[in-house]
Amino acid sequence: MSPRSTPTRQATRSLSWLGFIVFALLAVLIGGVLWGGATFIPKLALDLEGGTQIILEAEVSDDSDVSQEQLDQAVSIIRQRVNASGVTEAQVTTEGGRNIVVAIPGVADQETRDRVTSTAKLSFRPVLVAGEPSNEFVGEDGESTPYPSPDASVPSEPTASPTDASDDSWITPHLQQEYQAFDCDAERGEAASAPEDEPIVACESDGTVKYILGPVEVEGAHISDASAGMGQTQTGATTGQWVVNLEFDGTGSKAFADVTSRLTGAESPKNQFAIVLDGEVISAPRSQAVISDGKAQISGNFTEETSKALADQLKYGALPINFTELSSNQISATLGSAQLEIGLITGLIGLLLVVVYTLFQYRLLGFVTIFSLVIAAVLTYLVIAILGWREGYRLSLAGIAGLIVAIGFTVDSFIVYFERIRDELRDGRGLESAVEAGWKRAARTIYSAKGINLLAAVVLYVLAVGNVRGFAFTLGVTTIIDVLVVVIFTHPMLQLLAKTRFFSSGHPLSGLDPDALGAVYRGRAQFRTPVSAKRSKIASSSKEAQKRQTIAERKKAEMASSGSAKNDEKDS
Amino acid sequence: MASFVRFGNDLYTGKRSVNFVGNRRVWFTIAALLVIASILTPILKGGFNFGIEFTGGSQFSISGAKSTEQSLASDAVAEVVPDAVTRVVIVGEDGVRVQTDQLTAAQTHQITQTLAKAYGVENSDVNTNFVGATWGSDVTKMSLTALVIFLVLTFIIMALYFRTWKMSAAAIVTLADVLVITLGVYAASGFEITPAAVIGFLTILGYSLYDTVVVFDKIRENTHEDGEDSPRTFSESVNLAVNQTLVRSINTSVVAALPVAAILVIGDFLLGAETLRDISLSLFVGIIVATYSTIFVGAPLYALFRQNEPEIKKRDARVLAARERAKQTEAVK
Repeated sequence: MSPRSTPTRQATRSLSWLGFIVFALLAVLIGGVLWGGATFIPKLALDLEGGTQIILEAEVSDDSDVSQEQLDQAVSIIRQRVNASGVTEAQVTTEGGRNIVVAIPGVADQETRDRVTSTAKLSFRPVLVAGEPSNEFVGEDGESTPYPSPDASVPSEPTASPTDASDDSWITPHLQQEYQAFDCDAERGEAASAPEDEPIVACESDGTVKYILGPVEVEGAHISDASAGMGQTQTGATTGQWVVNLEFDGTGSKAFADVTSRLTGAESPKNQFAIVLDGEVISAPRSQAVISDGKAQISGNFTEETSKALADQLKYGALPINFTELSSNQISATLGSAQLEIGLITGLIGLLLVVVYTLFQYRLLGFVTIFSLVIAAVLTYLVIAILGWREGYRLSLAGIAGLIVAIGFTVDSFIVYFERIRDELRDGRGLESAVEAGWKRAARTIYSAKGINLLAAVVLYVLAVGNVRGFAFTLGVTTIIDVLVVVIFTHPMLQLLAKTRFFSSGHPLSGLDPDALGAVYRGRAQFRTPVSAKRSKIASSSKEAQKRQTIAERKKAEMASSGSAKNDEKDS
Repeated sequence: MASFVRFGNDLYTGKRSVNFVGNRRVWFTIAALLVIASILTPILKGGFNFGIEFTGGSQFSISGAKSTEQSLASDAVAEVVPDAVTRVVIVGEDGVRVQTDQLTAAQTHQITQTLAKAYGVENSDVNTNFVGATWGSDVTKMSLTALVIFLVLTFIIMALYFRTWKMSAAAIVTLADVLVITLGVYAASGFEITPAAVIGFLTILGYSLYDTVVVFDKIRENTHEDGEDSPRTFSESVNLAVNQTLVRSINTSVVAALPVAAILVIGDFLLGAETLRDISLSLFVGIIVATYSTIFVGAPLYALFRQNEPEIKKRDARVLAARERAKQTEAVK
């Protein structure tokens, strides 16, 4: 700072900085709106906009953690799946190391929901047996009786070691009984966690067919692409039938070639291979030709929709980890906007109450508070709008709560500052020097207290999840803006106001009236009793004060004429 | 207002003074009673009323319902899950809130449809909230980790800033006091503890420390400026500082509590404002308790922590002796 800098100069400089910052932020936002797809209205989170939020938790067998890499991979797969269902602007994010949050605008239909949550591993297994889904038989009494659950004594080890995945010797008596007793409705998806190298019992996902399937031959991860399209004849003419085109990677192609060469021409149902997702058979096409180039085509009774759904399942079906639906939250758009409205209305009412109270307490000085709040509000709005555009920040209900709470925190900075100025005035300083001296003391307090606040916000933001984060974020942003506004707006304004006659003369309405503040210079925190006080009271308090004086003070007091009395701190 | 300014003046000069530090026995007794009551309340009420986010369960909010017949909801739920435990609350004019115990995600989605049919609204007008039982404990675990790290960090930072760990210790005790009492009031109110309420509690921690720092900074200023020949004992200096910041404390707590009170009042009558309402109750109570606790617990505790330090003891003895001498001289006269 140059030696010639005066409070006025500093104040003008600070205010120009403020103008520059506001202008720059505004320019960024306007530029963003014109060219970058930003909006003037801050982006809203689901609880205000309406929509569905599904939180998925990674299922891990033991306490081992899911690696961030796996989680990121899962996020990108789920994002693709959701987007594939035609949902725009779905947000898929990780949360807290093992959760994935899927936020979908609007109401998620069952289909979308299934796409998101059917996070199972996809695999190809050869069909060994296919049959009716019934698990009952007509007993000797003529009544339908469910097959009994397999007995533990029934052998579950194959008698001869199977030569390939389609070998009948996989079907042990135990498996046979399990197959008979299997209830497609109740036990659906139960085979999801079965070991890959063992046969399973599974049902078609609509529950119409029951299968015994051999061990996994090709894993879903080896599918490099899948798409729905019109089937073509060898000449290239379209068949008018919807098909699903499949493409395997190197390993997959080889494995699939082996499977198809074994299955093609085999006796039904052993010429079928089942595509198993989440323990359910989503499709069990017949192998009609040996596929050696890794490019297969599944045809059947597909509509456009079903073929697309199957293609998506094949493409995005293989997730590295299993997920369960931890929580799901659907908020209607009407309720969302109602919540936003409530938030805004209460915020305004709160603001109004604060304005009334500050004016009551600080008279015209209260307007400095109000203007400071307005500046803080403008800065906060700009920052949130820009963050919504650049960083995808979305304002949630908790975030709005953070903003409303921030009103109190922000005004406190001004209160601390004004009270310090008043203290300095009480000490008998002139307004200009009171503003400077008060600022020095107040700034230290404000910095340290706001530092603690910011620390709280940062710790919460880094460690917490979901709602808490949105709240911590707005709290942190407003704390920084609050300090900025005090430093480059409120203090400079007071520096300038201290120059005006209205304030420096201590007009009763200024809120900084030294007379009302009872100020006469006596040294820090030592005062002459106000003249208006009763004589008797002065006498008694001077006596009291004399009692409290140290010898040095008494001597000093005696040396100075005994006219005025020192009124020291008094215990009650 | 003039009288309030006068009040501030008198507090500043020490003409009027509340003996926060000297009467600490009284204040500590009151504080102890408040803490005991706050601990007993949830115990007597049979624990906190945890929201479904912590217990697991499903919640459905229907807005614009054609009828507010409660049995419609129970029947709609029973249609899907016959033995479900259902709680139905009517909110406002046409809002229905239904809570059930733990269901599967699929059942929750089915019930959404049956409820929509029962109350004659679109599926999209039914808000559903399905929460697995582990969600709440995950949030709690993370919040607790955040809390511990925050406390350790603030302890260190405050100790560095104030150059004495005793201020940190006093601030942390104040914080604990605030938290316990706020939780006690929360339990007494019967509000559910939801993640929103947890956010409120965490904010209160920040606010409590913030408030304590502002007051302690004035204490630091006063005790630091007291020279060798200060006419005040250490405790008296602390007390003066608290009195000098009393107007600020009152103004700040009013200003901070006003917007929160607005949320609390409005949020209680409207469906879907639960997040705001839960945050605001914990905040409203916490702001008031934090202001109280800094003044009546934090500052006296700090004086208590420091008064036995040899240097401060020596100075206090000197001040008191001088006072005693002055009295005797007076008597001789």
